[in-house]
Amino acid sequence: MTARDETLARIRTALGTTQSSADGGGADQPGELPRGDRLRGEAGPDELPRTYRLRGEASPDELSSLFAERLTDYRATVLRTTQGDLGAVIARTLARRGVRRVVVPPGLDLPPLPAGVQAVADDGFSAAELDSFDGAITGAAAAIAETGTIILDGSPGQGRRAITLVPDYHLCIIHTGQIVALVPEAIERLTPDRPLTWISGPSATSDIELQRIEGVHGPRTLDVILVEPSRD
Amino acid sequence: MVKVKSITTDEIALNEALEGAGIRAHETDLAELIVQLGHDRPSHILVPAIHRNRAEIREIFLREMGDVDAGLTDDPAALAEAARLHLRRKFLSAGVAISGANFAVAETGALCVLESEGNGRMCLTLPDTLITVMGIEKVVPAWRDLGVFLQLLPRSSTGERMNPYTSIWTGVTPGDGPQQFHLVLLDNGRTAALADDVGRAALHCIRCSACLNVCPVYERAGGHAYGSVYPGPIGAIISPQLTGIEDNASLPYASSLCGACYEVCPVKIDIPSVLVHLRARHVEAVRAERRRPSMEAVTMAVASWVMASPARYAAAQRVGRAGRVLGRRGRIRALPPPLSRWTESRDAPVPPAQTFREWWRHEHRPRAGGQHRPRQPGAEGQPRRPGSQGQPRPGSQG
Repeated sequence: MTARDETLARIRTALGTTQSSADGGGADQPGELPRGDRLRGEAGPDELPRTYRLRGEASPDELSSLFAERLTDYRATVLRTTQGDLGAVIARTLARRGVRRVVVPPGLDLPPLPAGVQAVADDGFSAAELDSFDGAITGAAAAIAETGTIILDGSPGQGRRAITLVPDYHLCIIHTGQIVALVPEAIERLTPDRPLTWISGPSATSDIELQRIEGVHGPRTLDVILVEPSRD
Repeated sequence: MVKVKSITTDEIALNEALEGAGIRAHETDLAELIVQLGHDRPSHILVPAIHRNRAEIREIFLREMGDVDAGLTDDPAALAEAARLHLRRKFLSAGVAISGANFAVAETGALCVLESEGNGRMCLTLPDTLITVMGIEKVVPAWRDLGVFLQLLPRSSTGERMNPYTSIWTGVTPGDGPQQFHLVLLDNGRTAALADDVGRAALHCIRCSACLNVCPVYERAGGHAYGSVYPGPIGAIISPQLTGIEDNASLPYASSLCGACYEVCPVKIDIPSVLVHLRARHVEAVRAERRRPSMEAVTMAVASWVMASPARYAAAQRVGRAGRVLGRRGRIRALPPPLSRWTESRDAPVPPAQTFREWWRHEHRPRAGGQHRPRQPGAEGQPRRPGSQGQPRPGSQG
């Protein structure tokens, strides 16, 4: 008997459930608990009453404002612009931070950057190589207004997890249409098997005398540019 | 090898086992680093180095890090910066990382780590091999259940709307992050807890530590006093179930049953009820083990017999009064065995010269004129006697 069989057997004994997976070897459907393994009288995930808030009711403008407010509260800087002005805003932001050499993921659609800025496409750099960059510029998969959260899922335009981790500066470009109100809405929108990184402000710690300090191991500076659809 | 803060690995003494095998596991959470460098034990679920002040942390860093500027101040920002520099080299060169997990999703196979500093992301992303050790109770059924737990945990744990970083991964992603991944699902007593239909509620715990922060016993005693990996109210119901009630027999009693822990628990674990249940299990276990009744049982039986009759009770009080000869200034500092076990750690009050009943009879005897003018009794329902030195302290009369 393997440790796995033994643990599963103990769970069944503890719950007083019948053994059904011995014949089928597990679930009938992926993600579906075999009927017999469910605690008697207990509801499965599909039957649970979900009376918590699943949808927000704010308008798109309200969502953008709330998201910006939350991020600012976490000491991130939020800039709002339109697609037409995006290049100028990126240029100003990088200049203000003194960022000259950035790593960018393949598939990120960026307007032309000013002459002083070198944007290098990620080519599978080692961690030490990434450490030599001033920062990274990425897009995002989704954003949550209520919690001020940016979510990256590693698809084109967002890149590997390491590029937004090792360099000390992260500039994230988010389109207002990507913002949802609540955490459950984001969960619904995401692809579960992608590598996900949820970012709510720069890294922080309160481990020394419970005093909050921003900037430990992740990028110590987070700038977010919110791109609104052009109104023309 | 680098490590993300994981109480589950503390539970199985993984660092010690690795050390025995000649492998040094570097803790990367700031608080865990302070604990590890200080050759210390964690005292809080969320803030393991809460028992250390900034000056102590500076001392530890200067002594143990080996690569710190001697001019390091005790400013928390400077200390955090020293830790950043110290760990960065380790992150960039580590080949293997060990982590715990806050949640896992049965439906999709996803694992989830919530953190604040970014050390978790470093460990989960940079090394080529990742080993995650997780208790079996961390599995939630469906993907959308994360929509609940990713809100519950940060709010109850740090009071934030959302923690700075959450990583969710499913196996290996080619070209991104560790290319070798091992998941260790740990039972270690959890199925035994599951078999107890009251005690199993403890398995709902999401390790937010809200119960520690409101607990009057934790506040006074601190995390180390529990002597178990999981401190505080939740530790008092988890530890005895994981390691066997005999190993942590005092823990279910380490509570006043005030219920503050139950009130703040985001997953509604009725900790006081489980504590009472575990106390009962402990008493039953002791009774089953011994032939002779315990001293406690004998004492209770005798007390019950004495208190059942007014005459016996009055006689016992008269006998107790003989104890006055041991008193000095209203206190008894040492009693003979077995009562010495009480006076080893605290004084006992001197029995009063007069019982309440005697006082009552004295005050209410018929007087000339037929009027009753009882004096007001003292705060304790006993007369204030001339020459009596202070009142017995609260709680010492039991």
